[in-house]
Amino acid sequence: MTDQTSLEHGGAVDEDRRNFIHIATGAAAFGGAAMFAWVAVDQWNPAADTKAASALDVDISKIPLGSEIRVLIGGKPFFVRHRTPAEIAAAESVNVASLRDPQTDDERLNPKPNGELNRAILITSGSCTHLGCVPVGPAQGNTGDFGGWYCPCHGSHYDTSGRIRKGPAPRNLPVPNYRYVSDTVVNISL
Amino acid sequence: MSGHESSYTPTNAFTRWLDTRLPIIRFAQDTAINFPTPKNLNYWWTFGGILAVCLATQIITGVILAMHYEASVDGAFASVERIMRDVPYGWLLRYIHANGASMFFLAVYIHMFRGLYYGSYKAPREVLWILGCVIYLLMMATAFLGYMLPWGQMSYHGSNVITGLFGAIPLIGESIQTWLMGGPSIGNQTLQRFFSLHYLLPFMIAAVVILHVWALHVPGNNNPTGVEVQDVEKETVPFHPYYTVKDAFAIVIFLLMFAVFVFYAPNVLGHADNYVEANPLVTPSHIVPEWYLLPFYAILRAITFDLGPIPAKLLGVIFMFAAIAVLFLLPWLDTSKVKSMRYRPVAKQFFFGFVVVCLLLGWCGAANPDDAVIPALQGDPKLVVSYTENAVEVTSEYKGGGEAYHDAKSFMETLPAGSNPSLSAVPAPTFQFRHLSLILTFCYFGYFVILFFIGLTEKPKEVPESIHKSVLKRHKASTATAIPAE
Repeated sequence: MTDQTSLEHGGAVDEDRRNFIHIATGAAAFGGAAMFAWVAVDQWNPAADTKAASALDVDISKIPLGSEIRVLIGGKPFFVRHRTPAEIAAAESVNVASLRDPQTDDERLNPKPNGELNRAILITSGSCTHLGCVPVGPAQGNTGDFGGWYCPCHGSHYDTSGRIRKGPAPRNLPVPNYRYVSDTVVNISL
Repeated sequence: MSGHESSYTPTNAFTRWLDTRLPIIRFAQDTAINFPTPKNLNYWWTFGGILAVCLATQIITGVILAMHYEASVDGAFASVERIMRDVPYGWLLRYIHANGASMFFLAVYIHMFRGLYYGSYKAPREVLWILGCVIYLLMMATAFLGYMLPWGQMSYHGSNVITGLFGAIPLIGESIQTWLMGGPSIGNQTLQRFFSLHYLLPFMIAAVVILHVWALHVPGNNNPTGVEVQDVEKETVPFHPYYTVKDAFAIVIFLLMFAVFVFYAPNVLGHADNYVEANPLVTPSHIVPEWYLLPFYAILRAITFDLGPIPAKLLGVIFMFAAIAVLFLLPWLDTSKVKSMRYRPVAKQFFFGFVVVCLLLGWCGAANPDDAVIPALQGDPKLVVSYTENAVEVTSEYKGGGEAYHDAKSFMETLPAGSNPSLSAVPAPTFQFRHLSLILTFCYFGYFVILFFIGLTEKPKEVPESIHKSVLKRHKASTATAIPAE
């Protein structure tokens, strides 16, 4: 049929017209596939409700001295530690230049509304920066060689400021976004 | 060999009718019944059939288990316990599925080592080998995804470690990690997507298996001599009944061993921690993957040093992935024209060394990296008192048993207030698993480098002219020794 028609029209195939149809069809198919690919990829991202569950108010007044509480926010562990004066002194006396991830103890604390630092309360992430295990601390009876935390998975030692001192972890335990709502309540968010 | 002519003739009206419409009987005859197969294949060649049985077992038991499993953080652990206690024969199906994964890997490792030994990855079978590597990658992904589903402690924290690996990749790593987890951490959404993918991947494996068999049937099987078939009449036998029966016998033996695990030691290959429900706040003291991934885990942990701008963590991940990637390149890394290690006296020794290295890496992967490889050779630990003196950290060491402890304690009491003394026990330096892992990692990669150079210099033994001659020679040798004994 097509052969006959093209013959009737003088036997010539309009190449430009064919190319246009090929490119237009290809473009429409590619565009459609790309639009669906966007959907298929974007659905991997965190859902709205998952993102919404990402902040928590924590009462810090009940944490015993020298101990800590562990809270889960969006499934991620966080440590809220009530440090003893000796632990604070140990964290402050370190020569920062000698650290793998140099940070002073003060840089790892957020101020209260009046601008003061509450040095007794240290808030850090509870995921080892090596491969995400949860380090053990005072409640588990092992605080590592530097008095802070010890990660049992691959042997990372953190000091009383949550800084990496020994082992494979590359960085300090990150300090999450948090602010003092009052003297005894802290709002931690991811 | 796909070149062989179809020997199928339809025998009745129906098969003649079907043959011109869907020649499926012809296809089955040509690929599974009459397929010409080298007559000298040994039992190492039966693992292909065994693996097909493993895949079918996993898919059948898996589909059934999915009918009773609940993919949610609140229900997953309980639903697995329900399968074990309440679902009729649920315990059997789950034990077959869980141990089946181990059996699958056991068979695939033997299958791969067979390919390495007899040079089955060399021309003209490079694509066949690469498809096999793809199947192996898919198997590891499937096993990892499936191990998370019972939502035990090892499931949760093992997944945490593995998804953390992707986070180490620069630029795109964090996005990949977020996409895998579907949130800031592993949670319900992660479990649901892992379940979906765990159901999907076995069918992708099945699809690649079809390509693998197709790629096998183009050049035909390799064989223990590594010499290609030259005379189809003399050197091959039809697949059925010769190899269907041989494979079936091997499958029965394999299933016997499989049954021993299922019925007598169903948990011996697992971890007790996985019978504790996942708790994000408590990490098991010793996270280890299933045994079949241990060598790669050892390589990951072996790298504890930075290399220029590459941090240790990323370097470990690179080495671990490279350990698999190198298999894809193997057809071009081995420069020898001789396929079978039977005729490569030097390379053969390195091959067996490589097998030992892989087994030892598995041993390292299971161990705590800080532990002594030979505890008996490790000396006594020493006690170290650290304190600050004039704002400088100072340490003082004490050796020996109980006395050292008293000495250290009394020393600490003499220190002035504000010097923050602390006492710790430091183990004596020794040869640790991390050191052994590092050495073995270099041996692992070294094998592939050595294969490249040996191929250029090694003088192989005389390769038989043909499969037929090789078989006859062996036959004569055995009868020659047998006759005088009579």
